[in-house]
Amino acid sequence: MNAADIPVLSIMLAIPVVAAALCLFVRAELARIIALSATLLNLVLGVWLWISYDPAGAQWQFTESATLFGPIGWRLGIDGISLTLIMLSVFLMPICIGASWTSIQKRVGEYMAAFLLMETLMIGVFAAQDLLLFYIFFEAGLIPMYLIIGIWGGQDRIYASYKFFLYTLLGSLVMLIAMLWMIQFAGTADIPTLLNTDFPAEAQKWLWFAFFASFAVKMPMWPVHTWLPDAHVQAPTAGSVILAGVLLKMGGYGFLRFSLPMFPEASADFIPLVFGLSMVAVVYTSLVALVQQDMKKLIAYSSVAHMAIVTVGLFTFNQQGIEGAIIVMLSHGLVSGALFLCVGVIYDRLHTREISRYGGISVNMPKYALLFMLFTMASVGLPGTSGFVGEFLSLAGAYKVSTWATFIATTGIILGAGYMLYLYRRIAFGPQVNADAAAMSDINGREMWLLAPIAVVVLWMGVYPETFLAPIRRDVATIVARIERAAPVGDSKLKLVDPTTARYRVVHSPEKNMAEGSH
Amino acid sequence: MELNASLSLVRPEIILSFSALALLLLAAWREQAGRLISILAVAALSAAGAFVINFMMKGTNLSAFDGLLVNDAFGNFSKILIFIAATISLMIAPRFLENAGAMRAEYPVLILLSCIGMGVMVSATDLISLYIGLELQSLSAYVLASFVRSDGRSAEAGLKYFVLGALASGMLLFGASLVYGFAGSTSFAAIGAAMDAEVGLGLIFGIVFILSGLAFKISAAPFHMWTPDVYEGAPTPVTAFFASAPKVAAIALTIRIVLEAFGSQILVWQQIIIAVALMSIIIGAVGAIGQQNLKRLMAYSSINNVGFILIGLATGTEQGISAMLVYLVIYVAMTLGSFVCLMQLKDKDGGYREEFADIAGLSKTRPALAAALLIFMLSLAGIPPLFGFWGKLVVFNAAVAAGLLPLAVIGITASVIGTFYYLKVVKVMYFDDAADVIVENDDKVLAWTGGVLAAANSPLGYFAIPALGIWTAYAARALF
Repeated sequence: MNAADIPVLSIMLAIPVVAAALCLFVRAELARIIALSATLLNLVLGVWLWISYDPAGAQWQFTESATLFGPIGWRLGIDGISLTLIMLSVFLMPICIGASWTSIQKRVGEYMAAFLLMETLMIGVFAAQDLLLFYIFFEAGLIPMYLIIGIWGGQDRIYASYKFFLYTLLGSLVMLIAMLWMIQFAGTADIPTLLNTDFPAEAQKWLWFAFFASFAVKMPMWPVHTWLPDAHVQAPTAGSVILAGVLLKMGGYGFLRFSLPMFPEASADFIPLVFGLSMVAVVYTSLVALVQQDMKKLIAYSSVAHMAIVTVGLFTFNQQGIEGAIIVMLSHGLVSGALFLCVGVIYDRLHTREISRYGGISVNMPKYALLFMLFTMASVGLPGTSGFVGEFLSLAGAYKVSTWATFIATTGIILGAGYMLYLYRRIAFGPQVNADAAAMSDINGREMWLLAPIAVVVLWMGVYPETFLAPIRRDVATIVARIERAAPVGDSKLKLVDPTTARYRVVHSPEKNMAEGSH
Repeated sequence: MELNASLSLVRPEIILSFSALALLLLAAWREQAGRLISILAVAALSAAGAFVINFMMKGTNLSAFDGLLVNDAFGNFSKILIFIAATISLMIAPRFLENAGAMRAEYPVLILLSCIGMGVMVSATDLISLYIGLELQSLSAYVLASFVRSDGRSAEAGLKYFVLGALASGMLLFGASLVYGFAGSTSFAAIGAAMDAEVGLGLIFGIVFILSGLAFKISAAPFHMWTPDVYEGAPTPVTAFFASAPKVAAIALTIRIVLEAFGSQILVWQQIIIAVALMSIIIGAVGAIGQQNLKRLMAYSSINNVGFILIGLATGTEQGISAMLVYLVIYVAMTLGSFVCLMQLKDKDGGYREEFADIAGLSKTRPALAAALLIFMLSLAGIPPLFGFWGKLVVFNAAVAAGLLPLAVIGITASVIGTFYYLKVVKVMYFDDAADVIVENDDKVLAWTGGVLAAANSPLGYFAIPALGIWTAYAARALF
């Protein structure tokens, strides 16, 4: 059978659903095993997808089309950008199941079912090629996440679950109206067709705002980020991992897939807004992170700051910036997921997230301290880790558009180093003031299996990012070509007549730039 | 000959009338034969339904009794939906009413009589026949609301419904007489023709009164006040019936009168419908937030949903009407399913519970029931991937297509308020500690009906979208 004939995306969507249905009817141990097998199977399929994906082939690969649901077309297909994000989802899912292996003891079947449904919906969001289908996957994720936070969450879980649900719903509903308008206008809900539809400039503004309302909340951007710290803190460890790892990426993916290529003029008009909010977010949330007493809250605020760098990178309208933003998304998905796992590891032992209750644990937990250190450094953006690649690229792209925005966004890296190292020092170094913290055992084999794969990928992405850039390069170039007509004029041009700078100037010919790629 | 042709077009109603009378006679001799008569009533509804389906298949579109009634696809579609809802109401009732000591033989007879009235309502093309159908339906409904005579709340519900319903009928009649006076005819077609010319103040007054009376019947704000009290007081199977079949009939009637009689002057009634729709959405959502009684909550939910349905009417387009019919079908499935679930909330003494506190932690003690209620609640809220989402989507799609963007944006934003209380039901069932008052249900009919309806509201329902689209479009076309 030809590889192209197998509806592999539908299979990847179906496996978790079937497993979820099974999980509801079996006892706890079996439910865990079913969930792990299903997610591992999906990971294998994901790897197969990655290997069979041809970066030089058609823009949309593994396409499927069926008209089972009338106006909602069951159209699936992926480009390189979707591929990387699907890989991120299927990579994190088995880790989430593993992270919940012992910490979740009540209603295990339902828990696993909720996570498996989440996986289907995440893959669906990134694979949908029909606007309505995308919306259904995008929005349906609220239900399992609401239950995950509400049933298995912490003290204030009910408030957090409501806030998460209603906040994101309000944003999305306005987007639905915009989608309906677009379908009327273009006469189709097919995303590849819509990507090449030129909407009137006046309408673009309204459409852009409607999509912005949804994606900015999902992302989340300041000032609509307030649901995130609550949801992160209250969710169980694996819930936080999925929230930070994949759900936040849906906002960035939305900007990249819809806002930019469908409304280029409006996107260009609103660059100041996006950059302005991102700049505030970087500085403000970094400062807020600096004073947090709760580990999860600190990482949650750092997520907002990192996502602000993503939005800056996306709205640069150039190859570097957008590629960088995608790498930041992938990197942040791995790193913040890993950091939440690290928090989970010590939370499982001491049942508190308060930073001051720990201290000096590098003495009794050396392996843990090492991995935690690695992820801290990756979060800071140390060269050699994945964080550096993405942040460098997106900021380099941003510099071409706005030097001021880049300057302020870059302070986020310094502040990031501040709050992350401060966090690490308070937990891992210093005197062992708390006896119970000092008595904690080092990570066991299961926890090692959760963290080590992420560590490997983080280093891989940091040392040889080409693996991850290769599949997205052509698709980013397609987007850049599409939005080029609206690309903003940057403020980082050298003065051509200025004699003092003339001698330092190196003239690049456009052909040379193209040939080299953009890095 | 003319009479014979007309009679042949109302065969479903004739079957129901004779069955109702025969069953009434049977009931006079066999007071305890409630179950048998229920089964016979379902058979009568099926026979009538078979004729309706036959008309639908043949594409009949004929006028009967000199333009008093019409037999067209729109009416037939509504009738099928009404008969299905009535059948389910008959199926779920016996055990409940037996427990309440009120399973008398009149219950199925009254449902049948009400169905005749609804059949007339949806096919009426004259103000007189409209009123006869409406009153036949309403009078049966008043009796049904107070069916458990021994229960004070039920009696109160019946009385309240009767007094307020009479007031609404009066308003409707007053409006009808004004319209008759200014348009010179009671026939929809003649009123429509008269309205092609200048529309005077008197006629507008008439329209406003007619729409007010109808708003009462479909429990749209600001004429919704009776709904929570009646829904709470009436026995639950009767409430399920009120929330489904009569609502379909009244909405179909509203669609027909608005489009056929007033259709040429869209500006006269469009703003009324928009105002009523938005008020219903918001009042239905806000009013539900503080409720502790689940039946009252469902009452507000039905007010809220009527608002969404009316958005389709506000467009005045074929697409809008078709969207309303899609929504109605899904709404009937959602609301009947919810009530079927509520009817399974029995404590160990056999009493029925209907408060929030009683369903606390239901997902631990009765996981299947809680899951079904979860599906119905989130479907009512219109959260994808549940089927209720599709209803909202088509209605808002019609509004966007008709250029009513502000209405669509306000309506959909207001739906977030409604989501809050649907989520509250889920929260109480899933997040709270178990109250442990609800015991295992022993009524297999309820369990199966609930299961089937839950499956229809789950994403499996999406497979019905193409068929639903074709049938509703076909029905809507009959009006244009």
